[in-house]
Amino acid sequence: MSIVNSEGPQTATPISSLPVTVMPRSVGYWQSVWQRLCKDKVSMICLISLILIICASFAAPLLTSYDPAIGSVIKRLKPVGTEGHILGTDELGRDMLTRLLYGGRTSLIMGFVPVFLALLIGGSLGTFAGFVGGRVNAIIMRTADVLFAFPSVLLAVAIAGALGAGVGNALVALTIVLVPPMIRITESATTQVRALDFVEAARASGAGNLTIIRVHVLGNILGPVLVYATSLLSVAIIMAAGLSFIGLGAKPPTAEWGLMLNTLRAAIYSQPLIAALPGVFIFIVSLSFNMLSDGLRSAMEVS
Amino acid sequence: MKPAEKVRIEPALEAISLEKTFTVRGGLPGSAAKKVHAVSDVSFQLQPGTTLGIVGESGCGKSTLARLLLQLIEPDAGDVLLDGSQILQTRAGLKAYRRQVQMVFQDSSASLNPRLTIEQSIIFGPLIHGVDKESARTDAHELLTQVGLEPTLYAGRYPHELSGGQRQRVNIARALALRPKIVIFDEAVSALDKSVEAQVLNLLNELKAKLDLSFIFISHDLNVVRYIADNLIVMYLGEVVESGSVDRIYENPRHPYTKALLASMPSTDPEERTHEAPIVGDPPSPIDLPQGCRFAPRCPSAEAVCTANAPAHDPVGAEVVRCHMADPVSGHSLAGQSS
Repeated sequence: MSIVNSEGPQTATPISSLPVTVMPRSVGYWQSVWQRLCKDKVSMICLISLILIICASFAAPLLTSYDPAIGSVIKRLKPVGTEGHILGTDELGRDMLTRLLYGGRTSLIMGFVPVFLALLIGGSLGTFAGFVGGRVNAIIMRTADVLFAFPSVLLAVAIAGALGAGVGNALVALTIVLVPPMIRITESATTQVRALDFVEAARASGAGNLTIIRVHVLGNILGPVLVYATSLLSVAIIMAAGLSFIGLGAKPPTAEWGLMLNTLRAAIYSQPLIAALPGVFIFIVSLSFNMLSDGLRSAMEVS
Repeated sequence: MKPAEKVRIEPALEAISLEKTFTVRGGLPGSAAKKVHAVSDVSFQLQPGTTLGIVGESGCGKSTLARLLLQLIEPDAGDVLLDGSQILQTRAGLKAYRRQVQMVFQDSSASLNPRLTIEQSIIFGPLIHGVDKESARTDAHELLTQVGLEPTLYAGRYPHELSGGQRQRVNIARALALRPKIVIFDEAVSALDKSVEAQVLNLLNELKAKLDLSFIFISHDLNVVRYIADNLIVMYLGEVVESGSVDRIYENPRHPYTKALLASMPSTDPEERTHEAPIVGDPPSPIDLPQGCRFAPRCPSAEAVCTANAPAHDPVGAEVVRCHMADPVSGHSLAGQSS
């Protein structure tokens, strides 16, 4: 509602002297995802507990003075809350808290490394297959399907069994198991992005395939792939613990959550709480990765 | 193109008998592969400084033609000439060609990378061609101003923060960032609402004059084409059925398909409203093409000769009418009368 003043124009500010509002760069996609994730309480609780567990595991020597491999026969299976051993001791009298922290290192590494390797190998194969399409795509995807035909746990057990027990072999086995689903996810994301007009427009500007993948494809598939990788972390940690539990992963006296579950089995009636502790940690970490992946997915879906 | 200008100016872009068929594989292995004739025998000349409109129903090969012109897909036969010379089919040759010919796509949001800011999208092309970042940015800001978007407000924005009209302006700026001579618009204004469409069309005309461009304007909206184009190609099932100057075609369409298309234009005059569709049915499948004239199954004046032989035409002339009725010696009973 502008009523023109009949007494002539007022001293209007000339447009040129108006302050120019320079818009800062808008909030980027990842920044906005992060902001939405921060508003999600469940995701934040998961993220904070994960960070705490990870930091505590890797700072274990600073947090405890015990050696994870040395126990005392007279202090076997002390209950939770014993003086000097907050979480009690295990069947060989080793401090549970120390073992859980050091065990976290092994378990987390056995979860992270295969997922990271699968992300690299499966991610690049999937992107390549999706981008090139045609026969190359068919070859890569059908090969992945062959690996898909085996139940993943069974395949991991079979490979680890064939290679022999040990953390390194378990890592190889887990990586092989996780690569096919990673290929499938990146392939389908890439195929979707590749069909969009901006990829065609980039090609019409004279961009080469590598530039198109780097600038236009990777940025757009990173979201779904990252969500999936986070959920794979929870699977990988459970499978790693499982391999150790059946003796195909870490070997005693290494502290590892799955292995600890196995060695404490005998104490399940005398000290059920202590026997369950490694399982509680596996549960918390795995569940947190799973919920975080869900939170990440919904934080990404908005725009 | 007026007939007086017969002195041959090298056309900015020329298509000579472009052909493209896609192979559709049958469901079962070993079953015969079917061929879809997307573009067959399309020739035209785009004169410098003019706009060539391409109209036709959906599925008539307009977008395939655009992709052929951009060299995004390779033609089975035929040539595209830029300023009268062949395009080198080498990496460098194509790159140089792509600098000259750019395209604006229909879907304004799908044609911008959602993860890049407007500025990043615009400077992507120039960076590929070795322009240094600072001058590319300066250029991008200038282009944004030219398409009517204040760079200080929009350069740092992401596509989803813009309206459809604004995004299409960004797409235009992006296409112009390589300083092309020719811009192809593939249904570029179809998705915009009418008032924005008018703004964008005016903007295009302005830019064309200012930057010395030639346009190829693909659309199914006959009103828009009449407004913006100088010359026109009417396509039906991958073929050019009629071409000529816009004024001639709109005032005196000679091919029955063109007549039907023009008759199906909604009129704003209540007296002129028609209630019957001028043509009925769908175009035949481009897999199993009719033997003779491709339009014969739907043509109101089809005769025996139409279903028997494909009509002849002069492949390079500025005026093409691919119809037996336009050919006095074809044997059609109405031959020679319609013009």
